Amino acid sequence: MIDKAAPDGDFVLRLYVTGHTPKSVRAVQNVTKLCDQHLPGHYNLEVIDVYQQPELAAEQQLVAAPTLVKLLPLPMRRLVGDMSDTVRVLAGLGLNESPAE
Amino acid sequence: MLRSAVGTGRAKGPPDKFAAELTDGAPPARGFRDRRIMKPQGSRAVAAQGIAKAPTGIKGLDELTNGGLPAGRPTLICGAAGCGKTLFAVTFLRNGAVKYGEPGVFMSFEERAGDLVNNVASLGYDLGDLIDSGKLKIDHVRIDRGEIEETGEYDLEGLFIRLGHAIDSIGAKRVVLDTIESLFSGLSNTAILRSELRRLFEWLKDKGVTAVITGERGDGALTRQGLEEYVSDCVILLDNRVTDQLVTRRLRVVKYRGSSHGSNEYPFLIDDQGISVLPVTSTGLNHDVSDERISSGIPDLDQMLGGGYFRGSTVLVSGMAGAGKTSAGAHFALAAAQRGERVIFFALEESPQQIIRNMRSIGLDLQPAVDKGTLRFLANRPSLYGLETHLARMHREVEEIEPAAVVVDPLSSLLAAGTTGDVHAMVLRLIDFLKARGVTAVMSNLTHGNVENALTDIQVSSLIDTWLLLYNREANGEHNRQLYLIKSRGMAHSNQVREFHITNDGVRLRDMYVGPEGVLTGTARLQQEARDEAERTSRGQELEHKTREFERVRRQITGQIDELAAQLAEREAELRLLKSEGTTRETRIVDNRTKMGKQRGTERKRAPA
Repeated sequence: MIDKAAPDGDFVLRLYVTGHTPKSVRAVQNVTKLCDQHLPGHYNLEVIDVYQQPELAAEQQLVAAPTLVKLLPLPMRRLVGDMSDTVRVLAGLGLNESPAE
Repeated sequence: MLRSAVGTGRAKGPPDKFAAELTDGAPPARGFRDRRIMKPQGSRAVAAQGIAKAPTGIKGLDELTNGGLPAGRPTLICGAAGCGKTLFAVTFLRNGAVKYGEPGVFMSFEERAGDLVNNVASLGYDLGDLIDSGKLKIDHVRIDRGEIEETGEYDLEGLFIRLGHAIDSIGAKRVVLDTIESLFSGLSNTAILRSELRRLFEWLKDKGVTAVITGERGDGALTRQGLEEYVSDCVILLDNRVTDQLVTRRLRVVKYRGSSHGSNEYPFLIDDQGISVLPVTSTGLNHDVSDERISSGIPDLDQMLGGGYFRGSTVLVSGMAGAGKTSAGAHFALAAAQRGERVIFFALEESPQQIIRNMRSIGLDLQPAVDKGTLRFLANRPSLYGLETHLARMHREVEEIEPAAVVVDPLSSLLAAGTTGDVHAMVLRLIDFLKARGVTAVMSNLTHGNVENALTDIQVSSLIDTWLLLYNREANGEHNRQLYLIKSRGMAHSNQVREFHITNDGVRLRDMYVGPEGVLTGTARLQQEARDEAERTSRGQELEHKTREFERVRRQITGQIDELAAQLAEREAELRLLKSEGTTRETRIVDNRTKMGKQRGTERKRAPA
């Protein structure tokens, strides 16, 4: 997509997890891996434990966990799950030029 | 109060024993159990049934459920769109915060917080104030499927944290999830959702909050996603039925684990006074009766009834159009209002202003009673609501105003709002309700066709204590109003047909003219009366004449008597005179003889030779 080619299109990502559950841990690993592969040096990922800041849950409209929010580039997207489905994660981030890979 | 205090006192027993129990570390449960046994029966439904209840504060619903929703457990409120689920839920929270000191969390999956606050403002709820004072929290959960990509295994921990934080931040005791099924449209993995919902409801129970979960009605099931599987403690079904274009809202407690509850369908209202459920069940036939008579407002009618209607009785005024039913009702209402009693006039055909104007024309001024507040008009078109709603409204008004008397004018127009069978059932319940409360009711009923065919369209005659029939009878080219008491239970009453006159000064009843010419009314009666008058006059004149004649004869005869008496007296006097003359002569003869004798004796002495 166009966003990928945007010169100042650094990705701003927030990953909301709930403590150290297996799903949370997997999600952090998966996201980091994918970003390093596809966006080396062009992303800003913040991992937030909602248990530590429960007020964020309402502010950020969290329902499912883990949730990855792509703040930039627009449009904003939400990805829920442990990010094990690589194709869907890439699609959600707008990084899949050839979805049928 | 007093009894329960005594019970507690006895349960505690002697103070030293109680103290010993405590120091011994005896299980507190024993003392608690004792106390429960000592408690007088039925002092509180909660104790008797073992289930703690959270009152909803919704009129009628708490009676229906013997105290409210199960405290600390989830309750499912389900129904089709537009049934009032959200309003029920909001009312539950609002009343909890305002009346019972239980803060609440409203988790909305559909409406935004601002919209919700505005929507319920029309019910008179100021949620903004409650939010500001920390008694209510609204959290709008927005789930947009287009924005969400599912990338593997997940759970709803985010929702749990959100809800948990909201509950803890204000110490909430009540929670509403409206409508949690929206999750299914936002997230596609139903297996995860189902297991997570199960976990959520367990978690809510552990938290000890009383939760209300709303769910949209699905095909063949109470909710689309079968939530009733998870929430099984209490299920309330709301229904919005349309019959002949009229909507009636109904409520039914489908199940209530561990508690008895009313199992019928009950109508409920949503209007500017909030929500009210009306447990309008038949009250049975055990109401108190009164011997007190109260005026019908028409003195002549009171006389016919031997004093008036019984207080608390139900009076039906049947009649054709224009027979004077409303006038009879208005008389009764005004009389009650003037006694200082509260009266409700349920007007189903005319507007209050119209009734007041019309009644003024016959000399009844209802306005002062209305201004004073003793007489209250409630006018509704019969076709405006369904029957149940009409009934529910009447119930609510009667419960609120507590009138001594009501007028329903006319009952028959309710036929427009339902079938005869339904109307009959409704009127029966209305009469039962009014009787149970000791409210005297005058209801009018428009009859059609033949007068003698006194069958009421609604077939309520058997429920009626006093039944007046008003009718127009045609004779000699005119219609005349007549009144007849078909029945009046428990009192001697006139069986005469009276003429019903609507005058400038109210209603008057007149005896019918019954004479050699038959029963006459109206002009015929006036004519006959004029004839009678003329006859009476001529008879009077003749009598006067005879009287004078007699007087004359009497004078004449008296004169003769006097004359004869005078003659008699004269003769008597004559006779007396004669008698006295006779005596004198006799004396004189004796004297003379004596004298002559003496004389002769002397002569004999003088001539002895």
